[in-house]
Amino acid sequence: MTISGSRLPAAEGVSTAPRIGRAYRVRSLAAKLALVPTLLVMLSCYYGSVTWTVYISMTRSFLLPVYKFAGTAQYERLFATPRWQVAYGNMFVFGALDIIGTLGLGILLAILLDRAVRFEGVFRTIMLYPLSISFIVTGLTWQWVLSPTIGFQHLVRDLGWTDFVFDWITQPDRAIYTLVFAGIWHQSGLIMAIMLAGLRGVDREIWRAARIEGIPTWRTYVSIILPMLRPLIVTCVVLIAIAVVKSYDLVVAMTNGGPGFSSDLPGKFVVDFEFERANIGQASAAATVMLGSVLAIVSPYLYFELARKNR
Amino acid sequence: MTVAQRNARIGRIGLYTLLVWICLFFSIPLLVVIATSLKSSDEVRTFSIFTLPSAPGIDAWIKAWSSACTGLNCGGVRVGFWNSVRILIPSVIISVMAGAVTGYALSHWRIRGANVIMLLLLFCAFIPYQVILYPLVKTFSTIGIYSSLPCIVAVHIVFGLPVMSLLFRNFYAGLPEELVKAARIDGAGFWRIFAFVMLPMSVNILIVATILQTTGIWNDYLLGLIFAGRDNMPMTVQLNAIATTSTGVIEYNVNTAAALLTALPPLLIYFVSGRYFVRGITAGAVKG
Repeated sequence: MTISGSRLPAAEGVSTAPRIGRAYRVRSLAAKLALVPTLLVMLSCYYGSVTWTVYISMTRSFLLPVYKFAGTAQYERLFATPRWQVAYGNMFVFGALDIIGTLGLGILLAILLDRAVRFEGVFRTIMLYPLSISFIVTGLTWQWVLSPTIGFQHLVRDLGWTDFVFDWITQPDRAIYTLVFAGIWHQSGLIMAIMLAGLRGVDREIWRAARIEGIPTWRTYVSIILPMLRPLIVTCVVLIAIAVVKSYDLVVAMTNGGPGFSSDLPGKFVVDFEFERANIGQASAAATVMLGSVLAIVSPYLYFELARKNR
Repeated sequence: MTVAQRNARIGRIGLYTLLVWICLFFSIPLLVVIATSLKSSDEVRTFSIFTLPSAPGIDAWIKAWSSACTGLNCGGVRVGFWNSVRILIPSVIISVMAGAVTGYALSHWRIRGANVIMLLLLFCAFIPYQVILYPLVKTFSTIGIYSSLPCIVAVHIVFGLPVMSLLFRNFYAGLPEELVKAARIDGAGFWRIFAFVMLPMSVNILIVATILQTTGIWNDYLLGLIFAGRDNMPMTVQLNAIATTSTGVIEYNVNTAAALLTALPPLLIYFVSGRYFVRGITAGAVKG
C-alpha cells in the first residue's frame, strides 16, 4: 500500500489537462453515452436532492413541503430547540475527543508497529478487525460492555470492590463520552494502517542521520518524522471529522440518543424529525447544517490538497 | 551487557508489553461477546458478561438464528440474513460494474469536462446521507417502488457510485495509455476495449471494490431501515430491533449470538482477504 493509495480518493490526477484531438472526440461518443446514467444519477439524486433539501430548509414546510420562501425561520427555530442544542454541542464534544483519541492511538500503534518487527501480522490483524464490523454490532457490544448491570461495573464488583461505580452510559451528563470508547475502538486501526504506510515511506537516510547526531528514537519521531508526515495526519483528521459529522448507527445502537436526548447527535436528530415526527422543515434545516459542517471540513482540505498536487 | 544494550532490551520489553495491552483492548469486546453467547440463560442472569461460560453450549446461537423475536415475528435472524443476501448480490454486482464503466470512460477517453465530473463526484462522496434521504424517498414513492427490494438495491447503487467510480478511475488512469491506443488502431471500440483489454487487467481492483461494497452494504443500517421496507429488512436492522426489545427478560446470550451472526460474514471476508480489505477501506473511508 502506498501513501497515495491511502489518501481520500482525492482526485489524483484531477489536474491532468487533456489535449483533445478531433478524431478522439468523434470516437469517444460511446464513452459519453456510457457516462449518461452516472451523470443523471449524480445530478438528480445528489445535486438535485441537496438543492431541494437546502431550499426546503428556507421555507415554512412542516408535514408536507411548502415552496414559499421564508428566509431563516427554520434555522432560528432549530437553534432555539433544546434537543438540537444538545445534539449539535455533542457533535463537537464527541468530535474533539474522538479525533484526539483515535488519532493519538492510531499514531502510537503505527509507531509501535514500525519499531517491532516480530508478529506484526498478528498485531495488525487484531487492530484492524473492528473496521470490518458494523457500527450496529460495535454499538451493541460496547453497550453491553459498559452496562452497569452486566458489564464492567459488575465485573469489578465481583472482584471485591463492591461499591465500584462506572455507569456513564446511564448518566445524562456522561453518556456522550461512552461513544468515544466505541469510536476509538472502531477507527484507530484505520489511522494505524494509513500512518504505518507513511512511516514506512520515510527515507532511511533520515533515520541514519538522526542516529549519527545521537538523537533519541522518540525525539526523532516527534520532532522530525511526524512533522514530515503532516499532510497525512491532516488527511486522518479530515477522515475522522467527517465520520463524526455523519455518525448515526453507532449512537442508535449504543445509547439510542439517551438517556432522554442527552447523547443525541445531528445525524439521529435529522432521521427522527424526518421519519418519526414528520417535520421535514426542521429536519431539512438540521441536515443542511450537517452538510455545511462537512463542507467546512472538506473544502479547505481539497483546495490545499489539489493546490499541493498541482505545484 | 552494556548499559545501552540493557536499555535497548528494556525498551523492547516495554514495547511488546504495551502492544499486548492495546491488543487486549481491541480483542476483549469480541471475546466477551463470544463468551456470553455460549452461556445458558441462567448463567447470563447471575454473572457479569466478563466471566467464562461454565458449560459452553450453542443453544443461544440456535435460538438467535431460528427463533429470536422482533416484536411479534419470531423467525430468528436468519430472516434478516437472507434478506441481506438478496439485497447484497444485485447491489454489489451492479454498483461495481457501474463504477468500472464510469471510471473507464473518465480515464482514457479524453472527454471534455472529465475533470469537472470527477470533482463533482468527489463532493458527492462526502455528502451525508441525511441530506438526500427524504428527496429520494419522495422520488421512489412517485415511481412506485418505495419500500421494496428494487428500491433498496437502487439506493445502494446510487450511494456506491461516487466512491466506486473514483476508485476505478484512479486505477485506470495509472494504466499505460498505449494499451487503449493500440486497441483503437486495431479498430476496437469503447465496449470491446473495456471487455477485452481493461477488465482482464482489473482483477485486483475488482476484488478490492467487491470487498468494499460487500462489507459496506452488509453493514449498512440507515438505508436498510428507510428504504427496504418490512419484508426486506436487512440483518443489521433486525439485530438492532431484537437487541433493543425491552419487553420481558433481556436474553443477553441470544442477543450476543445474534450480533455475532450479523458480524460473521464481514469478519470472514476480513480474515480471508486481509490486504485487499485494508486497501478498500482506506480508499473508501469517506463513504457513509
